[in-house]
Order: sequence, then structure tokens, then C-alpha cells
Amino acid sequence: MDSDALYCSVDLVCGSGVTLSAEHRAALQSSLIILKRNMNFRRVLFWGKICGIKNDYFIAQGVGEDQIRDRKSIYSINCIDWHLLPPATKALIDEVAMAAKGRFMGDPSHKYEHETQEQEEGDCERCSVKVNEEQRLAVTVFTIDNEVAVVPRGAYIKNLQGIAQPNRSFEGLNPSEAAELSNYLHFSESRKPRKKNIMEMANLNPSIDFLDPLSEDIPKGSWIVHFEHGNRVCTIKSLVWQGLTFFNLPMTPWHGYLYMGDGLKNVDLSFML
Amino acid sequence: MEAPGDSSSDTDPRQQAALNFKAFLLKSSTKTNQNYDHLARVLTKVMDERPPNAVDVFEDISLQVKANQLQDNQSTLRSIPENNAAFALAQEQKALFIRGAGDEQEEGMAETPLPNLVEQSFFFDQAEVGLGREETQRIFLALKQLVDTQHLQRCRFWGKILGREANYIVAEVECRDEEEEQAEETQKDEEEEEARDEDEVGVGVHINDLLPKSTYKPPPSVPMEARSSGTNKFSYFVCREPGLPWVRLPDVTPAQIVVARQIRKLFTGHLDAPIITYPPFPGNEANYLRAQIARISAGTQVSPLGFYVFEEEEEEEAEEGARDNFIENPEFEGIPVPDMVESLSTWVHHVQHINKQGRCVWVRISEKTEEELDDEAEGEEREEEPDEPEPEVGPPLLTPLSEDAVNNTPPWSTRISSNLIPEYAIAYVRSNLWPGAYAYASGNFENIYIGWGLKYLGEPYTPPMPPTPQQEYPSEPEITEVLDPSVEEEQALKAAPEDQQLSEEENEGQEEEEEEDD
Repeated sequence: MDSDALYCSVDLVCGSGVTLSAEHRAALQSSLIILKRNMNFRRVLFWGKICGIKNDYFIAQGVGEDQIRDRKSIYSINCIDWHLLPPATKALIDEVAMAAKGRFMGDPSHKYEHETQEQEEGDCERCSVKVNEEQRLAVTVFTIDNEVAVVPRGAYIKNLQGIAQPNRSFEGLNPSEAAELSNYLHFSESRKPRKKNIMEMANLNPSIDFLDPLSEDIPKGSWIVHFEHGNRVCTIKSLVWQGLTFFNLPMTPWHGYLYMGDGLKNVDLSFML
Repeated sequence: MEAPGDSSSDTDPRQQAALNFKAFLLKSSTKTNQNYDHLARVLTKVMDERPPNAVDVFEDISLQVKANQLQDNQSTLRSIPENNAAFALAQEQKALFIRGAGDEQEEGMAETPLPNLVEQSFFFDQAEVGLGREETQRIFLALKQLVDTQHLQRCRFWGKILGREANYIVAEVECRDEEEEQAEETQKDEEEEEARDEDEVGVGVHINDLLPKSTYKPPPSVPMEARSSGTNKFSYFVCREPGLPWVRLPDVTPAQIVVARQIRKLFTGHLDAPIITYPPFPGNEANYLRAQIARISAGTQVSPLGFYVFEEEEEEEAEEGARDNFIENPEFEGIPVPDMVESLSTWVHHVQHINKQGRCVWVRISEKTEEELDDEAEGEEREEEPDEPEPEVGPPLLTPLSEDAVNNTPPWSTRISSNLIPEYAIAYVRSNLWPGAYAYASGNFENIYIGWGLKYLGEPYTPPMPPTPQQEYPSEPEITEVLDPSVEEEQALKAAPEDQQLSEEENEGQEEEEEEDD
């Protein structure tokens, strides 16, 4: 969610219980403005919090020109000192998937080690994969963004240069539209261009529908649409990454998402539905 | 446009005439719009639509363009009043904000089981957990409604359980007139059992051709704990949204807790929804919710060390079993915040541990069955009975958290609410095994749970394997198939029939000799 509207946005997503204390809110408001200036970002988003055992990580994102590709993630433990996360490359994602297990510790230098035995022509080679928690954090933030970042349909447009930009004329979804999962899109680069038939194509607008809708996600039922706060705020929760909450006030362009959780993917979902 | 016009006006009189005529067309009429604009619109329409015989329908086009100019400011349709869910809920919740007639009595003000939710939410806010101010206020009012309508001795906001379609707001209560209700319920149970027995008899009469009976004996069921003891110490009321009616959850049975430990299922938000899992859960979602509440309470309800003490009378009885009664310590003065953050031994559990049977107090269940067996069965069957399980004694009440079992993940995280102003900070703990369970301590203490109602496993969930299928018949030598001899064996047998006969005779001879010896 946009850090400028942090003070009122946090109250809208607290239906799942996790909020920010007044001290952290105040600290974030001060430090994110400084961060925006120093790092030369167009916009700073407060991304959320990943709870560790010893400490919690607060994560923000700086956005450049392209709202999807031009993102840098930064983390902090005390909400004041921010550190840039390393980019999540394919190799790093594989390493983290192999080595990192269990809960986050809350120490960026904590080492995860995984030993694999590879047999090559009778020789038993021991390879050990080492990652630290900072790298794991970077991969987790990237994966969550990639898999479950949400925007309402029409809030972003792709211009002629292929750059995703906020849509200035977006006026929000109306309440009946807001209850439909097909009106929300994944805010990450389209991965699976499903072949659509001509009837579906007729309703699509290429400058708006350049993202994948949530309604096509597998398994069905991995998203929950609720109206909270006296049915006035539409919130969407992901069950794959429990802790991700998207909020949207119908009839206003105000929307955002926040992750507050332990940074673990829910792999048991198929049993839980 | 004007500059070239001016320069050419002297040279070209025709240009001048055109300009003059354009000026005439631009004059607005008294009734409608400009002539020029109308012409332009008509021509644009012809260009856009390209009707086949434009000249024939030119008048119509002109008329249509003029008609379209008229804007309707006033709709003749009446607007439909918005009748959505928000409106319905607002109507329900409006009742919360109206002061009831009974509130004016001042007697009620002195002593009420209602907790001070505003104060609690202030502290929970510092512990980074909460539902927002307005929502908390609504829940507060809903709790007041519950206290007003029910006779409660104690009431507490337990937390919120998130579901797929709706959430549950849970209140933990202790009722005053327990005994009467209990009597009523036991009566009901008896009636139900009778009804069930009758059903079974009815079924037996109808089926003439008896199906083979299963010899499977279900393990003896563990008796339920009585109300206001063990897992059923408190009763729970739930509602979907503050303002909607509160529903009392049924008491929990040990079997439900045992199965709830083995399954992993999200709540739907409908209390009567079936729970379809393996192993099968005995009951519907209300029972499942109650079982999870019992598990969460047992695992995560903590208080500062010394806040509660055992009643002195009971200490003598301690040898018999776990003590389950404690009182508030009047001399408790609080523990300094740094100590509470530093060590987990300053926090204690004040809800009893649930053992593997699904009860707080171990009960011997095989006694009864053994008696039954004695009547009918021989010694062999008794040997087959599994060894009687060892009585399991859970950790006693008010055990510090530092004694909790640790597998990979430390079960608790302690925090301080503010590092910048530690003088006025509060200490809080967060459960890592039940994500969403929090407790704070600042003189007073309180617990809350807001989450999905599922335990953190630390590894992907694997459902338990089904038991091995029952044998259809006892395996005896008569029905055991002998392995066919191989070709070599057969040939060897044919090749040496005489030797065998000889050896057989010898054997017989030997046997005879032996017999003679005897």
C-alpha cells in the first residue's frame, strides 16, 4: 500500500488481526519519506511485515517508472534503518528453495545450510548450499509479489511504450463488481497466456487486461473475498500465502495490499479446502 | 485562419463572400442552436454512418440530430433503493447502539462480568495485534448484549477465527446456572440414545438375509468431561458479525479433540457445515470449532508467574491428580517488564494441558471392557488385547512456558512493545505454534487469538494412513496354498522314487522302534 496513506490504510486490513503499533507507524511515516528522497523513488509502498522468532522484518518497496518491473525491496528491523534486498535471481530462488526451511529467525545473517549428496561415477560428492536469511527474505518477498500481488482491474494501464502506469481515470469498482474475483488482477508479469475464445476477448481491453485475473488461479478457492468494517471495505485474502490482505474501497480508487505473516507458503491448502 | 483570410480579402472577392456567408451561418437562431453547427453535425453523421441513400433520408437525419440535442435531465424511472448486505448489516448493528431499558438501573453498573475491552485493545494495539478501533467497539457492544441476555458469571473476548466465507467472533463465558442446564442436556442425550436404539432394532427386523458381520470392535470411547471441568471448563459463544445473534457452541468430546489433531481444515463460517476429512470428524463445524478452541486455549492461555495461585486447601489433594482450581493472588505486584521479556519462566500456562486421550484428566477406559471380556471370553482373547496404555500425566497447571516441548521451532517469542521508551513499555508473548495467539502483561494480563485456527506444523501435512484392511477369514493350513514344486524338484522326485520309499520304510522302522522304546 502507498506509504503516504499508511495511517488510514493499516486500519482497513486489520481484520485478520495483525496491525502496526503506534510507535512503528510513526517511525515508518518519518523514515519512508526520507527513504523516498534519498533513493530517488517515484513512490514508496509499505509492503508488510514478516514475523521472525527473534525479530520482525518490515519491508517497503520503492517504485520507479514501470510499476511492475521497476521495483526495489528494502527491509528494516527497527523501521528506521533500511537496507536494500539483493535481487532475486533464478539461481538464488533455487538455492533458497533447497536450503531454507522453517520459520524466519529475525537475524539477516542467519545461515541456512543444506547438504546434498550427488553420486557421479561412484564418487560421493557433497555439495552444500548455503544461503543467509537476507537472501531468503529477498526471494520470499519476490515470490509473494509474483504470486499474489493484487490490483483491481483498471487501476493500471500499459502505455504505448509497454510501461505499466497507474491509471489516472480509474474511479474504483462498484460494490457488485468488487465482489467478483474476475475484476482483480495479478500485479506481476503475465505468466500463462491462456488461450481465450473470441467471446471472452471481446470484453477485454488490451491496455487494461495485460495482467492475469485472479479468477483463473488454481486451486479454485485459494482467494477469499470478504466485506469488512460493516460491509464497506472489500478485502481479499490469499490462502496460499496466508497473511496477504488486499483492500479496496468500492467506488474509490483507493486500494492496496499488505503482507503480515510468517513468510511461509501454505502447501497444505489442498487438504484444507 | 484569420490571417490568410485578411490578406486575401482584398485580392479575392469570392473568398470575401464565402466568409460573409459563414458569418451568417454562425448566427445563432432564437430557438435552437447555430445553423453552422447543425450542418456540421448532420454531415458528420452522414460521414460516420454512410447510409446507402443519404439524400433520401436527409430530412430524417437532420431531424434525428436535432432530437438528439435534447437532453433528458429528468429520468422517469424511479431509482431502486439499494438493498445490499451493507445495509442489512447496518440495520442489525443499529440495535447495538440503542440503550436498553434495563441499562438505567445503577445496580448493574457496580458489578458486571463485562471485560474492559477498550483497555485491552489499547494494550493489544501496542502488541501489534488488534481488529481496529471501530470493530473492537462493535464487539464490545455485542459482548454487552451477550452479558445482558445471558446469566453469566464471567465473560471474556477470546478472539476471532477467520473462515472462508465468514469469520467467528468468540466469547468465553462461565455460566451461573450450569447445573440445571446440564441436567436438561443429559436428559436429552438419554432420549436420543433411546431413539437410536429403537432405530437399530427397526433395521434388524427388516433385513432377513443377514450380511456378514464385521468383527471390528471400535476402541472404547473416552468419556466426555463434565461441564465446568477440564476441556469443558468454559462455554463459548460465537457470532459471525457483531450485532448478529450469539450461538452457544456444544461441549467438546475427547474423540473430537483427538480427530481435530489429525486433520487440517479451514473453517467455512457456517456452524452447520459438515467436516469432510479423513479420519472422519465426529460432528459438524460447530464441534470442530469448539475442539480447536479447546486446543488453542490449552496451548496458548498464559499469565504472568504469580498472578494465580493454587487454593491452599487443595494442596493436600495434589497427590491424587492435577489441581485445576486456582485463585487470583491478592499479593501479586507484577513482574518487571525486562524480566518478562528476558525469560519465558515468568509466564505460566493457566489452562490444563490436554493429553492424548483428548481430556485434561487421564481416565482409565479399559477397566470396563475387561470386565465385559471376563464374562464371555477365554484367556486367549485377553492376551490379544493391547497393553493397557500408561496413564499420561500432563504438565501440572501453572507450569512456566520455558518447560514447553521444543521441536525445531521455539514455541514462544517474547517482545517488548517499545525499545525507545522501555519505562512505560509492556511485555508480550507471541505463540509460534499457534500463529495468532498473543498475550500481554502490564500489571494485568490478557490473551487473545486471531487467526485461522490451525497449528503451525513445521512440515507439510501428511494425512494419517488408513488402517490395514480386516482379514476376511482366519489363515489356516487347510486354505493355505502350497507352493508348486519346480521342474527340477519334480524330476528329482521321479528319479529317486525307490530311494525315497526305502528311506520312508527306514523312517517307519525307526519310528516303530522309538515307539517300542517308549
